[in-house]
Amino acid sequence: MNTPKITFTQVSKSYALYHHMAGGIKNILLHPATILEFLRNSRFDALRDISFDIFPGETFGIIGRNGAGKSTTLGLIAGVLKPSQGQILVRGRVSPLLELGAGFHPELTGKENILLNGVLLGLTRSEVRQRMPTIIDFSELGDFIDQPIRIYSSGMLARLGFAVIANLNPDILLIDEVLAVGDQRFQKKCLDKIMEFKNSRVTIVFVSHSMDEILRICDRVAWIEDHTIRMLGGAIEVTGGYTRSLALS
Amino acid sequence: MNTLQQYRDLIIVLTHKEIKLRYKNTLFGYLWSIANPLTFSLVFFLAFKIVMKINMEDYPLFLIAGLFPWQWFSNSLNASSDLFLTNASIIKKVNFARNAIPLATVLQDMIHFLLSIPVLAVFLFGYRKAPSLVWVWGIPFLLLAQLILVYGLSLLIASINLFFRDLQKLVAILVTLTFYCTPIIYPETMIPGQYQYLIHLNPVAPLLIGWRDLFLHGKIEGSRLLVSFFFAFFSLAAGYAVYRKLSWKFAEVL
Repeated sequence: MNTPKITFTQVSKSYALYHHMAGGIKNILLHPATILEFLRNSRFDALRDISFDIFPGETFGIIGRNGAGKSTTLGLIAGVLKPSQGQILVRGRVSPLLELGAGFHPELTGKENILLNGVLLGLTRSEVRQRMPTIIDFSELGDFIDQPIRIYSSGMLARLGFAVIANLNPDILLIDEVLAVGDQRFQKKCLDKIMEFKNSRVTIVFVSHSMDEILRICDRVAWIEDHTIRMLGGAIEVTGGYTRSLALS
Repeated sequence: MNTLQQYRDLIIVLTHKEIKLRYKNTLFGYLWSIANPLTFSLVFFLAFKIVMKINMEDYPLFLIAGLFPWQWFSNSLNASSDLFLTNASIIKKVNFARNAIPLATVLQDMIHFLLSIPVLAVFLFGYRKAPSLVWVWGIPFLLLAQLILVYGLSLLIASINLFFRDLQKLVAILVTLTFYCTPIIYPETMIPGQYQYLIHLNPVAPLLIGWRDLFLHGKIEGSRLLVSFFFAFFSLAAGYAVYRKLSWKFAEVL
């Protein structure tokens, strides 16, 4: 019926463990054979043989334990990582909701950071300027918007970050559990905004450890365990399976 | 559709940010940028003219004309190693044109060099000389050649440094070495005959000699300009090729 926004076809991703090279020249000279052997075998599988489709307007949740491969999946969707095997198709502009303060500079003011973040996320200056009043309004930062953000609290930073992403007309929105910050009232405002996106049929990929949030927002959920998909289906069914497995272990 | 405009805006915003950050919280801002090459000019003047009595007319002017463009070259190169490292958080999340980061830094240093040219003109007047009309087209040409050269090298260093962090230390040493191998504190005519050929292997030498010729004598030598551009495009081609090969791995190693 409709073409998917995001398609993963048998995607695997492994990393070479570069940081193990830190042994230095001495190590390399003294144990050349061991090092070579090590380099050949030292790959780390972050994802193995993953396939799924995400359709336009769908809200897709990703759950799993720490280190299961959730962030790698988001990185692959955002296009900052390349798959080692398999194929990824993304149709549309991806807006990742950044972790606290990523892409912000502490010495710049809130306003200057909005512009910086906006162009980094793929907008032109005039597009950002048009949305500036809405973004400032949404952030509820008031006069602080003209202060350098190094004086902001973490809650204020989170508000600024979410305000930027929420007002840039995202096409595909990636959210990596950033809602845990800020006070409850602002968290609710963020959730409301996400629901608004959902209702206006923005495609959302949502990573979270909060099963409440997943159940409230997501249509379908993928449960990633041991670097591969353990379960894929309706939100209630998959979160149920995941919660039971957590309780067992 | 408007990707070109988007890229242009990205560079403008990043460059603007660099300029702003350079002067944030300093009282004398701009003065600090020219204080550095001026101090070095003074030091070399004291060492070579006063103490060692080198036979050079208007030696301070000669030094300034070389040290201002050198300052741009060395600042940009020394900054380049860290560029992708310090932007790790955004590189890991967003797929934007990362090559805009070194470009913005090089442009920022270029703008500072441009702002130091009036100071140079003041010194010229002090020695009863004057800026020449040739500057009007000479400066843009040399500016472009140096921009391309420095950008190519920055891109190369910034990319490789992510995988081989020792490069940063190596670059710092090579930049210092290049300084003394380039005719900045001495004229190229003083190099002994059997070593003259070495100057053709130095990619910065034709540029630096070109700047000094332009500033002090108001002339541009066509062949030297051509060689400058040759090195510039070679550097850009090498830098871009390495960047393209490595850039998709940036998010993995950061």
